[in-house]
Amino acid sequence: MKVLYFAWLRERLNRASDEVSPPPEVVTLADLVAWLRARDEALDLAMANPAIFKLSRDARIVSWDTPIDGASEVAILPPMTGG
Amino acid sequence: MIRVTPDAFDPGAEANIFQAASTEAGAMVTFTGLVRSRPDDPISALILECYPALAENELAAIRTAAVARFDLVDAAIIHRYGRLVPGETIMMVVTLAAHRQAAFDGAQFLMDYLKTDAPFWKQEETRSGLRWVEAKSEDDDARARWQR
Repeated sequence: MKVLYFAWLRERLNRASDEVSPPPEVVTLADLVAWLRARDEALDLAMANPAIFKLSRDARIVSWDTPIDGASEVAILPPMTGG
Repeated sequence: MIRVTPDAFDPGAEANIFQAASTEAGAMVTFTGLVRSRPDDPISALILECYPALAENELAAIRTAAVARFDLVDAAIIHRYGRLVPGETIMMVVTLAAHRQAAFDGAQFLMDYLKTDAPFWKQEETRSGLRWVEAKSEDDDARARWQR
């Protein structure tokens, strides 16, 4: 599964994506974020206020409790500033 | 119509094409967002980062919701990404409706939603370097007023 990072989150991590294989106990996107944060101190610090982030699964914004099963691309999205 | 593109576009020409495609509408509203540089805090460019696949999906969903909610004849969103200089067009929203109120409301709804839900991130290029534009809580408040 590919995990994408954008904007200042991408800069803080010094990379735009990770290729990961989460263990079976990682069921939801919230589980995935917790698992990723536990493995990576920079991500953990950057996401200290997790409520500001939105998540997408296969290019659709979804809630944090969405199951990851079968997802090929998940993105962690800092607050958006388009328009 | 949804277009997410790095290319410059002519908002007047786009509005004319959009208008010409419909004979049912009695009102058209266009909104155009521009790169601005303030005299007291000038920028040389605005760099928009984008997640194009997600942007296309989210903008299409926002457009469908606006058409259904305000009974629009049609709606279009064009949004650029990449490096833009002051004065350039960032994005435009166009709505067509039978009457003006629906056209205005539809355009406002589209703008309020895409400010918070479309995956674009602005970075300002200044003399002292690059800085990310912070999301505004007013944008969340503007979006929230449409929730029912």
